[in-house]
Amino acid sequence: MNKKRPVNLDLRTIKQPLPAVTSILHRVTGLILFVGTIFMMYALSLSLESQEGFDAAAALLTESFIAKFIAWGLLSALLYHFFAGIKHLVMDAGYCEEIESGNAAAKATLAISAISIVLAGVWVW
Amino acid sequence: MVTSVTSFGRSGLYDWMMQRVTAVVLAAYTIFMIGYMLLNPELDYNQWSALFEGTAMRIFTLLTLLSLVAHAWIGMWSISTDYIKPTGIRFVFQSACGLLAFVYVVWGIQILWGV
Repeated sequence: MNKKRPVNLDLRTIKQPLPAVTSILHRVTGLILFVGTIFMMYALSLSLESQEGFDAAAALLTESFIAKFIAWGLLSALLYHFFAGIKHLVMDAGYCEEIESGNAAAKATLAISAISIVLAGVWVW
Repeated sequence: MVTSVTSFGRSGLYDWMMQRVTAVVLAAYTIFMIGYMLLNPELDYNQWSALFEGTAMRIFTLLTLLSLVAHAWIGMWSISTDYIKPTGIRFVFQSACGLLAFVYVVWGIQILWGV
């Protein structure tokens, strides 16, 4: 192969096909969830500590906008990562690997995630 | 054969399988937790702490926590080997991930057995 062929790996100038978008979002949400586990563990710790701790955690999640926003953000990342993960397992099984079906699966993943993220927002607020 | 010293199981196939097995555990816990909270909107401290006092729940939660750190390690390793080319920075990033994962395990055990 000619090594002097021009190569463009600048992600900002490449138009990503939909399955590539779902893939990069899967990675981004994975990173967010790994770091965001700090907040989930803190909430779990506080809520199991004592009656006062449970009340404090409940108060945070009913009154604080920032706490609600973090909860919704993490729920959104979790829901997206969950559905994109299911798409991954479906593709591991050999389905939705062609251009058309792959695009359809990516669209479905984004649509189901978007709906569930809105519902999660309704739940949190 | 190319071998990597920093991947989870030192083998791509093992990591691939581990990523999927842990994903199923994490998905099961996610469904359980969201379902539990949706079905118990009037959750109180007694019910919540009683849930985590049960051995089955402790096993399920610890299994999920261990799955999380293994799953996250494989994911963070994949991302860092793709995007962070300088070895030094990648080493620092991966070390930070390893440390955070370890903190989660110890913290989680402390929470679970402190109920």
